[in-house]
Amino acid sequence: MAETYDSTTLLVIGGGPGGYVAAIRAGQLGIPTVLVEGADLGGTCLNIGCIPSKALIHAADAFHQAARYAGESPLGIRTAPPTIAIASTVAWKDGIVGRLTGGVGALLKKNGVRVVHGWARILDGKTVEVDEGGAPLRIRCEHLLLATGSQAVELPSLPFGGNVVSSTEALAPSTLPGHLVVVGAGYIGLELGIAYRKLGARVTFVEAAGRLLPAYDDELVRPVATSLTRLGIAVHLEASVLGPADDGRGVRMRDGGGTESVLAADRVLVAVGRRPRTEGFGLEGLLLDMNGRFVHIDNQCRTSMRNVWAIGDLTGEPMLAHRAMAQGEMVAEIIAGRRRHFTPAAIPAVCFTDPEVVVVGMTPQDAARLGIDCISAHFPFAANGRAMTLEATDGFVRVVARRDNHVIVGWQAVGGAVSELSTAFVQAIEMGAQLEDVAGTIHAHPTLGEAVQEAALRALGHALHV
Amino acid sequence: MGTHVIRMPDLGEGIAEVEVVAWRVQPGDAVVEDQVLADVMTDKATVEIPSPVHGTVVALGGNVGESLAVGAELIRLDVEGAGNAPAAAGAVADEPAELPHGFVPEPERVEEAVASIAGAPAAEAPAAAPAAPPRPVQAPALRLAGEKPLAAPAVRKRAWDLGIELHYVAGSGPAGRITHADLDAYVAGQRRPPAPAPDGRYAQRDGEETVPVIGLRRKIAERMQLAKRRIPHFTYVEEVDVTELEALRVQLNARYGDDRGKLTLLPLLMRAVVLAVRRFPDINARYDDEANVVTRHEPVHIGIATQTDAGLMVPVVRHAEARDPWSSAAEIARLADAARHGKATRDELSGSTITITSLGALGGIVSTPVINHPEVAIVGVNRIVERPVIRNGGMVARKLMNLSSSFDHRVIDGMVAAGFIQAVRGYLECPATLFVE
Repeated sequence: MAETYDSTTLLVIGGGPGGYVAAIRAGQLGIPTVLVEGADLGGTCLNIGCIPSKALIHAADAFHQAARYAGESPLGIRTAPPTIAIASTVAWKDGIVGRLTGGVGALLKKNGVRVVHGWARILDGKTVEVDEGGAPLRIRCEHLLLATGSQAVELPSLPFGGNVVSSTEALAPSTLPGHLVVVGAGYIGLELGIAYRKLGARVTFVEAAGRLLPAYDDELVRPVATSLTRLGIAVHLEASVLGPADDGRGVRMRDGGGTESVLAADRVLVAVGRRPRTEGFGLEGLLLDMNGRFVHIDNQCRTSMRNVWAIGDLTGEPMLAHRAMAQGEMVAEIIAGRRRHFTPAAIPAVCFTDPEVVVVGMTPQDAARLGIDCISAHFPFAANGRAMTLEATDGFVRVVARRDNHVIVGWQAVGGAVSELSTAFVQAIEMGAQLEDVAGTIHAHPTLGEAVQEAALRALGHALHV
Repeated sequence: MGTHVIRMPDLGEGIAEVEVVAWRVQPGDAVVEDQVLADVMTDKATVEIPSPVHGTVVALGGNVGESLAVGAELIRLDVEGAGNAPAAAGAVADEPAELPHGFVPEPERVEEAVASIAGAPAAEAPAAAPAAPPRPVQAPALRLAGEKPLAAPAVRKRAWDLGIELHYVAGSGPAGRITHADLDAYVAGQRRPPAPAPDGRYAQRDGEETVPVIGLRRKIAERMQLAKRRIPHFTYVEEVDVTELEALRVQLNARYGDDRGKLTLLPLLMRAVVLAVRRFPDINARYDDEANVVTRHEPVHIGIATQTDAGLMVPVVRHAEARDPWSSAAEIARLADAARHGKATRDELSGSTITITSLGALGGIVSTPVINHPEVAIVGVNRIVERPVIRNGGMVARKLMNLSSSFDHRVIDGMVAAGFIQAVRGYLECPATLFVE
């Protein structure tokens, strides 16, 4: 077999947010770098995750707003009932995705990274074979960076195919279903389920746990549950899916009481989580130490094999693009000879549900579990002028700080557009801010951000507006 | 009362700047005629500046270590009578120059718990003064075990770059937050974790002393820097059997020691060098690397590296080719004494064409001597050791000595250098050839 040999310093497998950031940074630092990606650059995040879902959510919100104006609107706006051409919506979303992935390609090129399009296969810790369609290309490298990401988990009882879809297909619908059953009420299922509801579909959730967003505390989830009720979304908690309905249109379900029933549906979205992509590219041949299903890494993203690095979803929770990006940047700098560690004070997590949920650092429950004596206080958006003018008075901002020195250890918020507050939250924690620092900072009026300052003031015992 | 200004004298040879190496008087001191006011230094010679008049010192023209232009004001005296300077005009013009002496910065920089800083030169204080407002002096508590250090991302990144573990850095910010200033302090060694036991032998010491590099030391520093920057050195080491030479030396000292003085090995080595450079004239040369000219010298002026209290000096034995060993030995002794007592003249400290450096019994096994620019070679002498040597199949005790010599590779190739050293070795191992030509 004719083989081409090639060599580089750093070879990155996977062009998602972790891999492409690592490659760009490595390029900036003058490290000869090859990035191997079998699909489109940008990975799950840009193509079938964060970005397309936010596009769909925005379109759904706009449509939902218009639909409200067709009925009674307190704003006095009255319109005819809107219609939506979902194919155009998807095309608009694809345009955004295309611009972003094209931008990633341009950035890689600008920084001298060689992108090889094809599926990588690891031969050993220093050699990767890429199937570009023609003769396989063999590349030798000094450093191998694994950034293969994750994929949606399939239910054995409800395999993907037909009208059973994963989030990938749900983000590019050709038609809207009359009734969508969403299996799993974590943040991915909720974001998409709410969007479909706002686009006009009937939506029903089936969740095995006893409540929505099982990873978040009750107080944060309650405004989301209220919103689902208001939107007319049905929720079956402590319920499990047994398999497809006999006629293939829906699912068989057992509820908390043990009663079995059939949920008729035009489409079933399975969103029960994601698992690291560890198979199909020869990873097992490296015999790396694992951490459950994830590749085990230390706080410099080193695997158990020298000069083999791993970042992002492949390496564990939280499976978030911004964690992967920070890890990728760090690995490039370490390879360039700098001393770096991955020790963030906090990694923010955002659910783009309606209302949005932000969690940064410790919740009061986390602090209690760790035995840290904390005070916490929340400020409701019902007392925030800007929230009223946005018709988004549900929710609150909550701060958690150590009782002894008032150092802030956590922020949570739920409400309309609170995702943008995550910047202030994580910055305060990384800078080691105390309640007094935030309370003593002038926040612009009228903004949702005032709730941040007021929460700190309230924790100090002298909120002004509650 | 009048003002008498003493200006930096012209010490000759086209020197434009002269360095002040010591003040013998301070402002306010009364001085009498001929009293020494200051020591100043040119290339290598130190000169004492005496007062031509009686009077009182008003101001000094600079700090120790500063170089002043020839003709610049060196010292200002108040004298009886008219003096030599128009008082008013001079005083105004010279005002700024006096500032550094009397000026005490208003908020004294708070240097936490470091007593030795008190000795820092006052002249540096004005620059430091605006930087640091007074800070409360408190020993920040280190964290409890297992507690994460609190520091902003930029501080963390800088700590990594510096190779510092933040766990060991005390934070002075609110709630023990580690600031950039804390890192600076840690780097400066001021905030190491307290030593575990109050044991005098192992007590942590935090003091430091700043030693200004001035006078001869600065000269040496400049000359060494010049040599190392300009000259691509290579060093060649050869072992020399000096058994016969030592035997001869003992004989000579026994026979003539009382009349002519004792000989060391050095004058004999000088003789060997004199003879060897006849065959290798490239070695006894000076390389003007700006004009790109090598000047070979017929006279052999040998610089002898000499340790003095002030530092390294290189007095020159002139015309070594015209001296017998006793003449050379006497000249070495005279020059070394002059150098050590600061009496060596400029002529005695310059003009060498090749240099020998020897640390005697401290000579070590091998050294890498630095060439005395603009010369092209320096011969280093290592210590003599008696060692077993195989001769004609049997083991005998021989006295062996290494010569470690450096050459300017721009103009001396390895073959030439090796040939020269082998020639020196030949003369030393067969001492009769030193005298029989």
